[in-house]
Amino acid sequence: MAITQHRLIFKHIDAPGYTRDIACYRKHGGYEMLKKGLGMGGAAIREEVKKSQLRGRGGAGFPTGTKWGFIDPSKVTKPIYLICNADESEPGTFKDRQIIYKDPHQLIEGMILSCFANGVKLAYLYIRCEFTEGWRILETALAEAKAAGFLGKDILKSGYDLEIHVHRGAGAYICGEETGLIESLEGKRAYPRIKPPYFPAVLGLYMCPTIVNNVETLCNVRHIVEMGGDAYAKIGRPNNTGTRLLCVSGDVVRPGYYEFPCGAVTLGQLIYDVCGGIRNGRKLKAVIPGGSSAKVLRAGETYKMKAKDIHGNTVDREVRLEDLPMDFDSLAAAGSMAGSGGVIVMDDTRDMVECLANISAFYAHESCGQCTPCREGVLWLKKILARIAEGHGKEDDPALLRDVADRIAGRTICAFGEAAAWPVQSFIGKFKEEFQIRIRRNGTAAKTDTVSLTH
Amino acid sequence: MNPWNHDVAKDENDLVDVQVDGVWTRMPRGLNVVEVAQRAKKFIPHYCYHPKLSVVGNCRMCLFEMGTPKMGPDRKPVLGQDGKPEIAWMPRPQIGCATNITPGMGIKTDSPLVKDCRNGVMEFLLINHPLDCTICDQAGECKLQEYSVEYGTGESRFIENKVKKPKNVDLGARIVLDDERCILCSRCVRFSSEVMKDDVLGFVNRGSHSTLTAYPGKSFDNAYSLNTVDICPVGALTSKDFRFQMRVWFLKETKSICTSCGTGCNVTIGSREGKVHRLTPRENEAVNSLWMCDFGRLNFHFLESKDRLHRPLLRAAGEQFPGTWADAIQRSADGLKKVKPEDIAVVASGRLTLEELFVLKRLVTELGVTRVDTVLNLGQADNFLRSGDGNPNRRGTELLGLSSGGRKLGSWGAEIESGKIKALLVTGGEDVVAAGISAASLAKLELLIVSGISVHETTRMAHVVLPGAAFAEKTGSMVNVYGRLQRMTRAVPPPGEAREEWTILRDLRIALTGGNSLHSVEDVWKSMAAEVSQFSGLSWAKIGDLGIQIESVSQPAESVTG
Ligand SMILES: Cc1cc2nc3c(=O)[nH]c(=O)nc-3n(C[C@H](O)[C@H](O)[C@H](O)COP(=O)(O)O)c2cc1C
Ligand code: SF4
Ligand code: SF4
Ligand code: SF4
Ligand code: FES
Repeated sequence: MAITQHRLIFKHIDAPGYTRDIACYRKHGGYEMLKKGLGMGGAAIREEVKKSQLRGRGGAGFPTGTKWGFIDPSKVTKPIYLICNADESEPGTFKDRQIIYKDPHQLIEGMILSCFANGVKLAYLYIRCEFTEGWRILETALAEAKAAGFLGKDILKSGYDLEIHVHRGAGAYICGEETGLIESLEGKRAYPRIKPPYFPAVLGLYMCPTIVNNVETLCNVRHIVEMGGDAYAKIGRPNNTGTRLLCVSGDVVRPGYYEFPCGAVTLGQLIYDVCGGIRNGRKLKAVIPGGSSAKVLRAGETYKMKAKDIHGNTVDREVRLEDLPMDFDSLAAAGSMAGSGGVIVMDDTRDMVECLANISAFYAHESCGQCTPCREGVLWLKKILARIAEGHGKEDDPALLRDVADRIAGRTICAFGEAAAWPVQSFIGKFKEEFQIRIRRNGTAAKTDTVSLTH
Repeated sequence: MNPWNHDVAKDENDLVDVQVDGVWTRMPRGLNVVEVAQRAKKFIPHYCYHPKLSVVGNCRMCLFEMGTPKMGPDRKPVLGQDGKPEIAWMPRPQIGCATNITPGMGIKTDSPLVKDCRNGVMEFLLINHPLDCTICDQAGECKLQEYSVEYGTGESRFIENKVKKPKNVDLGARIVLDDERCILCSRCVRFSSEVMKDDVLGFVNRGSHSTLTAYPGKSFDNAYSLNTVDICPVGALTSKDFRFQMRVWFLKETKSICTSCGTGCNVTIGSREGKVHRLTPRENEAVNSLWMCDFGRLNFHFLESKDRLHRPLLRAAGEQFPGTWADAIQRSADGLKKVKPEDIAVVASGRLTLEELFVLKRLVTELGVTRVDTVLNLGQADNFLRSGDGNPNRRGTELLGLSSGGRKLGSWGAEIESGKIKALLVTGGEDVVAAGISAASLAKLELLIVSGISVHETTRMAHVVLPGAAFAEKTGSMVNVYGRLQRMTRAVPPPGEAREEWTILRDLRIALTGGNSLHSVEDVWKSMAAEVSQFSGLSWAKIGDLGIQIESVSQPAESVTG
């Protein structure tokens, strides 16, 4: 049974004949919402965004209306900046690039509306450095928009001025962390800032109030202006409104990007119906539901969740992995997260030791190195895992891994600490026997004086 | 001077209630938790935090448990039985260096979670550390060692290969870096960029491979670079001058001041068995904060120079021969007696202590000499600590009426030539040849007495050379260019038979006038305090380790140049 998608953001993406130039975009109603928005006024747009209950699509799921609400354009005397976070580097995530490559004007329209709503005169589009083509596409699209009078001085005779600059990223995962991004944009190493005191809304880019939003989040603003906040909030589920772009990779028959109302499909439907099930007739072993930093879910697991019974009382309900709705709150209740929408599926041939060693290698390579627990701890995790994978594991390694991860999470400058620790905590917690078997199998060969050759 | 002073409260009287380890106390609003804990005698260990630098929060050593007042439905704090707010504790630890206190805040500095955090950070910091304490200059004053003992476990669970990084890196003229020892706290980077406005240091590479380095093609040698060696919590930055010279625990520490310019930075002299091994800045917010210039810091090797004067010298048959102190004093006194007071000139050095100057003043007054002046010793002022005045106690010579700002001295050469000046007494090791009186002129003098420290043109021309003590070898006081009276203390004895100059001048006075009432430097101070209004009522004890302001000079008189 094929479940039909609800394509809002991806409406035109991959549609036959749809091209990324401004003429095509306008033929499909492009920039009409800009006209509408300019007529509504900034405060009205902010109100609609608040009503829409839109939550950020960059990873943390923070309510966009609340984020914008930290800044009152009528009271702020410094410039207010808006930054579109297009650094998309979380392994397993490939949604923002579809928008940038195939429908850049949708993003630009969303950005202009968001800037207008928040009194922003200068905005930046920080794009992952590896998206070379995407960068060219955006430059072209911005030039088109400017030529058409949607950007620059006195946009559509409204008296509103806005410039958007594209800035290419510095080639590191940490450039996607919003304060690291801001430092990078200022020309420095992408060292995330301490919060407090450097909350972007107060002391952001050049120490001015700054809004950082993900590509997908900003696109949604365009649709909220079109539909109105209340109508938008009807898509999906309460507190999990709108659609969600899901990037499915790994051992499924049809990996790819899909769009559904938040929570409209369950994890089981996504894997088995939408993506055609596990490849080669194999069985599901594990799935990471929200980008590689999200905690892994193990096939066969059940989760305790709060639900309302027919009398409206809150009751505990057991939910199977397959029945988990793909929305923020359900995945959080299952102990993981919706994160960046990257769903990584692993079948029963996958070696969990290798999987985790691979993930940890990524994080060890990407730690910015600023704060002690992450800088030293993450490389240590990687080295232990590489050693186990190479056949030199020791009996107490799983406990050590656990302990090291526990001493990173919650003690670092930025959420990278958690991003690196969560996979370890969850893999070791849920697949402990696999690690033990691997270690015991190599037990006699294991020499504590033989150390990893991988650095 | 400093861009930040986190240890100073905006208003010491604007207090808020905070609970530190269960005890309620009142602390100045806005101070950070590290400072508040310190004031509450609850030390929170820290590496990256430095009160005079920006807060970056990277070491995570200062994690503490934080709570805020529980709010009732009326949005007012819920009060406990003790009438104090009940505290809701946050599950996540916070960093003390970046958290400013707010009313009703709860602070736990040694809960099990806090201990685990510190223990974790210590373990992380050590896994890739070379642990080469045995050959590390920082050993004995290393925060990594100290906190390991205090907060570490004493054993390692790390069996992997350590990260390899550059060792023995020549960072600049005076500093060597060991990147493997560096804990990446960025204190040196921040000092250089924030205090010195010299953006030369930074990190390259990522993660555990992060490496401190100077900007390609640049070297780290600004005029204050060695301060980073002091604030580096570990042995990553070492001073080329001091490294491998002496274990720090053998050093005797003497509180004194730098005398290489008119600022008089407060220092600690580190010495052992009569040898000075290093000078380090001693905190004094009124003078130098925690810093000193590299020039002043390293300007002590002359103490050991082979040019030092060890014994009195007497001229006979055109040559100088070693003699006894008794002969040297007698010869000087006899010589001075033969010359009329109006034919005598005296150089009162701005490098002498107030006490020495005071004895000199007595001598000059008793002799009736009026031709008294100082040598200017102009140096290169920078816009930070270094003063353009090379005399550490020029103000002292002025207060005692022994200086005309070099105006008189300017004509002494000609006056010697014309026979108006027949005898010259030079103190403080001044080289008047360098100050413009030619050696040929000096040769015309009937009597040239030089009390000094090292051999130079002027001492070579002298009839009598009286070897004196240099700054680290004497006790006394000076007034800096900002009008601050400060003490200096002898750390090592002068070489050979050399003596503190006040005793030389005292003996000369006895030989000349027969009288003396000054038996110790304290005696000298007392007499001076009774005579000189600026010092009245002051005692050495009152001056204290940090000195006292006796007049306020906002604009240091570099104008002496004109
Ligand atoms: C280590 C790390 C990497 C991140 N990378 C990205 C990224 O590539 N793209 C992104 O949009 N957000 C990323 N984020 C989240 C951003 O910090 C920020 O929360 C987000 O851009 C806010 O946008 P939103 O409110 O629209 O979700 C990252 C966060 C962390 C901690
Ligand atoms: S947690 Fe990791 S990535 Fe984030 S600031 Fe610290 S070292 Fe850098
Ligand atoms: S050299 Fe010293 S002061 Fe500089 S970052 Fe390393 S540990 Fe810190
Ligand atoms: S500034 Fe002057 S007093 Fe201070 S250390 Fe340098 S030379 Fe010495
Ligand atoms: S002292 Fe380093 S994080 Fe606070």
